[in-house]
Amino acid sequence: MKKDIKENLFLLKMEKKNKMTEYKRADGRKLNELREIQAKVGIIPNADGSAMFSFGKGDHKTMAIAAVYGPKKMHPQHSQDPSKCTLRCDYSMVSFSTNERMRTGPNRRSTEISKITEWALEPLLLVDEFKNMVIDVHIFILQADASTRCAGINAAALALAHAGIPMKDLASSVSTGKIDKNLVLDLNSYEDCVFHEGEGSTDIPFTFTGKGEITHIQLDGKIETEQLKEVVKMAREACKKIHEIQKQALKDSLGDLK
Amino acid sequence: MERKIIIPGEVIIEGDSYLPGEGTTKTSEGIVALRYGLAEESNNLIKVIPLTGVYYPRRGNIVIGKVENITFNGWVIDIGASDNGFLSLMEVPRFVNKDALDEVLNLGEMVVLKIWAINKRGVDLSLKSRGLGKIDEGILVHINSNKVPRVIGKEGSMISLIKEETGCQITVGQNGIIWIKGKKIDDEVFAKKAIMFIAENSFKKGLTEKIQEWFKEEKK
Repeated sequence: MKKDIKENLFLLKMEKKNKMTEYKRADGRKLNELREIQAKVGIIPNADGSAMFSFGKGDHKTMAIAAVYGPKKMHPQHSQDPSKCTLRCDYSMVSFSTNERMRTGPNRRSTEISKITEWALEPLLLVDEFKNMVIDVHIFILQADASTRCAGINAAALALAHAGIPMKDLASSVSTGKIDKNLVLDLNSYEDCVFHEGEGSTDIPFTFTGKGEITHIQLDGKIETEQLKEVVKMAREACKKIHEIQKQALKDSLGDLK
Repeated sequence: MERKIIIPGEVIIEGDSYLPGEGTTKTSEGIVALRYGLAEESNNLIKVIPLTGVYYPRRGNIVIGKVENITFNGWVIDIGASDNGFLSLMEVPRFVNKDALDEVLNLGEMVVLKIWAINKRGVDLSLKSRGLGKIDEGILVHINSNKVPRVIGKEGSMISLIKEETGCQITVGQNGIIWIKGKKIDDEVFAKKAIMFIAENSFKKGLTEKIQEWFKEEKK
C-alpha cells in the first residue's frame, strides 16, 4: 500500500524497456529533464547590468532577478582590498516569494547563499585592474519553487556579463538530487524533501563554466561515489543547455544589428 | 569578418592568423572574448567594442560633473565614475576669493571640466582650457558612456551633423553627460531626441545614414 502511494506521488513507472524501469516525475518530466527556462538581460534600466532567469512556468516557477553595480568605490573604506577587486553578492527572497510570507531582511540561509554565490562567480572574473573597488550584485528571488540559488547564480552571471565586466566565461548552475534511489535533475519544491527509501533527501547544486569546469558544488545529504560521478555528468550536460540559453539571451538583448 | 555580438568565453574567430586586441585573448582555440560587446576586425586585429558598463576616467577626457562638496582649497565633483573628481583652486584660471569659493561654483552646479591627472587619491580636474566652465543654461542629457564615441562619430562627424541640423551648441562629456544649448527650448529638445535616437541605435550598421534619414523624417 505504502509503495503505491509513493509511486503515485513522486515517480510513476512508465513502461519496461530492456528490463529497465523508466520513471516519470510528478510534473511529467523525465528524471534528467530540465524545467522550462527563460532568460532576459537588461531588465533594470538604472543598474549597470541586469538579468532575469527562471525555471518552470506559471505557479510553479523559480524566478530570480539580478542587478550589478560597479566596479565602484568600496565603502566603508576599511573593507577596501588593495590586492584585488571585491565581489559582493546579496541574495534575498522577497516577502511574497513563497506561499507563507517570508520575513524581510537577511537570515542565516540568505547569508550563506550570498557567500556561495560569490564563491561560484569569483573565479570567472578578470578584474585585477580594479583594485580597491567593489562589484555589487543584488539578487532577488521573486518567486520560489526550489533551485533558487541556481536561478540566482545564473541571473547573476548574466548580469555581470551584461555590465561589461571582463570575464573568462559565463557560469551556469543547476540543482540535482535524489528521489529515493533515483537521481533527478532540477528539483522543484515538491520533490525537494521527499523520500521513502534510500538514504534520505539529497540536494546537490552545481555551477559549471561554459567549458564544463566546476566552480561550485554543495551536498546536502548522502550519496555514493558512483552515483556522485553519475550526477556530475548529468549536471554538466544540463548546464550546457542552460549556457546556450544564457548566450542567446545576451545576443537577443540588442535585437537586429541592421 | 562581419561585426557580431559576442559573450565572455566565446571563440570569436578560429585559427592563429589574427591578433588579440582590447577585450580579447589568444588561446589554442583562437581569439576568445573576455567581455560582452561587439567584435570587430581591422588589419587582422580583433577587438571588442563594449556596449554597457560604467565610465572609467582617462587622462585628457572632457567630462561634465556636479559639485558635491566645497573644501578649503577646491571642489569635490561627481563625474559619475568610481572615484570622485577634485578641482583645485590652482586649476581655476581666474581670481578666487578663498573665503567665498561658493561664489565661483556652488553646491549642485554643473561644470564642464578636463581630467588632467589620475592618481591613487582620485581624479584631478582642471578648468584651464577652452570651452570649460560652469553651465548656467541649456539642458543635460544622460547616456551610457560607452555610446559617447557613436554620438561624436568619426572625427566629430555625427556631432557636427546634429549641431548643423538643430542649430544648438553641444558639449559631449566622455562620462556620458551631454550639454545642449540652443536659442529655443524646442531646438534643445529636438537635439536631445536625436541623441537619444543615436544612443538607442548605437550598435547598428550605417548609423550616419540612419540619422540623416531620421532628420529628414522628423523635419517634415
